[in-house]
Amino acid sequence: MSSEVVITGLGAVSAYGFGADALWEGLLAGRSGVGRISAYDPSGFACQVAGEIHDYKAKNHVPKHYRKGVKVMARDIELAVGAAEDAVASAGVVTKAADPDSDPTYPTRRVCCHIGAGLIAAEVPELAMALATSTDDSGKFSYDAWGEGAINNLTPLWLLKYLPNMLSCHVTILHDAQGPSNTITCQEASGLLSIGEAVRVILRGDADAGFAGGVESKVNPMGHIRLQLSGRLANIEVAEGEAFDVANSYRPYDRAAPGSIHGEGGGILFIESKESARQRGAKVIAEIAGFGAGHTPAGDAQTRSRGLQRAIRAALDDAGISSDEVDAIVPHAAGEPEIDAEEACAFRAVFGERISQIELVTLTWGLGDTMAGAGGLAAIVGALCLKHQTLPARLHASGDASGLQAGGVAQRDASLRHVLVCTNSLGGQNAAVLLRAATES
Amino acid sequence: MANGAPSPRVVITGMGWVTPLGCDVDTVWSRLLAGESAIAPVDRFCARSFPTNFAAQVREFDLAEHIDPARHPHADLHSRYALGAASVAWKQSGLANHDALDPGRFGVYLGAGEGVLDFDAYAAANIAGWQPESHDMDMALWAKLAGEGLTPEREAEQEPNMAAAHLAREFGCEGPSFNCMTACAASTQSVGEAFELMKYGDADVMLAGGAHSMIHMLGMTGFIRLTAMSTRTDDPATAARPFDATRDGFVMGEGAGIVVLETLEHVLARGATPLAELAGYGSSADAYRITDIHPEGLGAQAAMRRALDQAGVDPSKKTQDGHPPVQYISAHGTGTLENDSIETKAVRGVFGDLAPSVPFSSVKSMMGHLIQAAGAVEMMTCVQAIRTGWVPPTMNLHNPDPACDLDYVANKSRDMNPSGGVDVAMSNGFGFGGQNDTVVVRRFER
Repeated sequence: MSSEVVITGLGAVSAYGFGADALWEGLLAGRSGVGRISAYDPSGFACQVAGEIHDYKAKNHVPKHYRKGVKVMARDIELAVGAAEDAVASAGVVTKAADPDSDPTYPTRRVCCHIGAGLIAAEVPELAMALATSTDDSGKFSYDAWGEGAINNLTPLWLLKYLPNMLSCHVTILHDAQGPSNTITCQEASGLLSIGEAVRVILRGDADAGFAGGVESKVNPMGHIRLQLSGRLANIEVAEGEAFDVANSYRPYDRAAPGSIHGEGGGILFIESKESARQRGAKVIAEIAGFGAGHTPAGDAQTRSRGLQRAIRAALDDAGISSDEVDAIVPHAAGEPEIDAEEACAFRAVFGERISQIELVTLTWGLGDTMAGAGGLAAIVGALCLKHQTLPARLHASGDASGLQAGGVAQRDASLRHVLVCTNSLGGQNAAVLLRAATES
Repeated sequence: MANGAPSPRVVITGMGWVTPLGCDVDTVWSRLLAGESAIAPVDRFCARSFPTNFAAQVREFDLAEHIDPARHPHADLHSRYALGAASVAWKQSGLANHDALDPGRFGVYLGAGEGVLDFDAYAAANIAGWQPESHDMDMALWAKLAGEGLTPEREAEQEPNMAAAHLAREFGCEGPSFNCMTACAASTQSVGEAFELMKYGDADVMLAGGAHSMIHMLGMTGFIRLTAMSTRTDDPATAARPFDATRDGFVMGEGAGIVVLETLEHVLARGATPLAELAGYGSSADAYRITDIHPEGLGAQAAMRRALDQAGVDPSKKTQDGHPPVQYISAHGTGTLENDSIETKAVRGVFGDLAPSVPFSSVKSMMGHLIQAAGAVEMMTCVQAIRTGWVPPTMNLHNPDPACDLDYVANKSRDMNPSGGVDVAMSNGFGFGGQNDTVVVRRFER
């Protein structure tokens, strides 16, 4: 692949609020969006902070006729339709949602949609209210009572709120994108795998343009408790009204790190074939030069790192460049020692000594780990680094002892041609996307 | 292609399925040809009072017959199905004894579903946490009870990428690894996307397919509330009636279907024989409604057309021997009112006047709807049709629906050998929400 697919639109919803602009400004300013959870009472959870999105209403991001559709959207879906709206506006393309009365920029069959998603947890109060109507004399759940009628206390379309493919489905309906569509569900790798697959769809001629990225929210009780049980979250107690300083808690690539912090949100790119973008005179934000994937084998950190190494090397090969040409990396940097150790091993294996000089761009201090949403957000940030030739701040408690650029730093100018965006995942899937600065055509 | 070389041909060298009709290919195939039903009352959990209280459960499966289960102590039900199916496929492929397999060129792409919720612990926390007076949750209490009642292993195993992780670990994949969830289309899509990855040059060998079980409290509940399932509680064995005028919804099944995909070059280099060639794949979105299929099945038509085009099959032309362009279609054929008439319309749209001459049957009439595993299992029926020259029937089809007017191979399997057998077959998978996928399989010829 030689930059035949380009990024022309960026769409984000994150702890910085709606829009890729807000994301970039927040990261440049070195201001964290992580704070005490307000969506539900977090006092019973070990980690009480997250990168939560405040004041977001999906109904403000869909056409008027679609507002009742919001009722069947889990939080993940609500965020996805906003990110897609932002991406379309940023790309300057006409779709059905943006303008139903004009001809769309692309024939509807030529627009693909690959939005990665997570396992969406049902809203606890909604289900609890229904389950509580179906108990036996001892107060336990009664299957018989449920089947005999209590089941009807659950809204008929309940299941459709929580199917992971509904992120893509709502976006395809809103924007009338009738090309190939998929929903990749590989935890943290979902977003980058989706971008890679969408690029391939365009390269093989099955679409001219499309939506690519991922969105997820684990800022809900069930998603949160699952992360807590996995042992990856830091224990952080913060009383209501008390401020939280992420710069004391988030320590990526540090063996003494207390664990990660979760978040919600996601990023969706609007991508096009270079030729299509050129024909419509679109402004290219960055080029997608390579993609690679690989699976993590079992073993120690060094052995496990082979999966990410393969993904990175495959992306470099795909782009036809050597590791020496990578100027910055947007890594996973979960802030959880085991995950980070595996990632650091992969970086050392691929980049050797030079890793200490490669700029790292991290997001978790600002947004929390947004899981399936992280890849899309990371790709957006990578593209903006290339566009502005600027690197955002890092709010880290860790130093550079790992040999990686893991210490705190303010925003700075840089000279960047290639940015690697990559991640490992808890399930073992690894993905890497190589971005290249836009060339004047 | 990355390097400009012609894209490789991709063939199937192993197949394994764990289905409600059995777990080895020959047994399942003979039961399908005999028109047997695997549908019976649910005994996995207490569903007796549910409006739909029957399903097609997997009943003859023991993972220990396939692999050492101790290597996967926490694997969820669907992951165990996937491991069993993959093990059968792997043995058939002969790759287990192939020392030269490069782990980095060996990938996995599944369309596996989520695991089974730890419902009793979850329900207990929910019921205790619900405060009817304030109509709200005591979330601190819920967090305490859920944190104590749920277990890390079971929660981790519910993540939809875990089935792929188990396969990768068991069989040593270190190449590209994916899982997708496009509902009922997922494992058609996973096979198709694995095929495209191999055509691009990313892997020589891939495990592809799906695994899923929604035969549990909330899975059944979700589909009951959508009124998508048959409620024929007085006669479960005939409840799945695709294309019949009396059809009243699908019947839930469960299981796994995994194939070994391999580039032809890799197969020939090791002297193995392909079972069939994977010849085409198409994906599309209806972009219509989350609850309904496009009334003309335009999305389904687009997926079928793209897959046929890639396979070099012109749906409007008979073969040189005067046979229909495709000799078997494994229908999505769920048995819902909407799907079956619209899928019929879509097949007509693609094949035109030749549509009535194409045998087009639904094995869901016998083994139920395996949800995310359905597509891969049904694609394997295409391979079996090619290998044996027989096509399975659509059972329980006694009352023709005027809106379903094609050849559904009603109630009796058909021997296609007298008319030259099956050379090209096609499998459809359409997901709730409008994602459509089709794969085309062809008899392997050099």
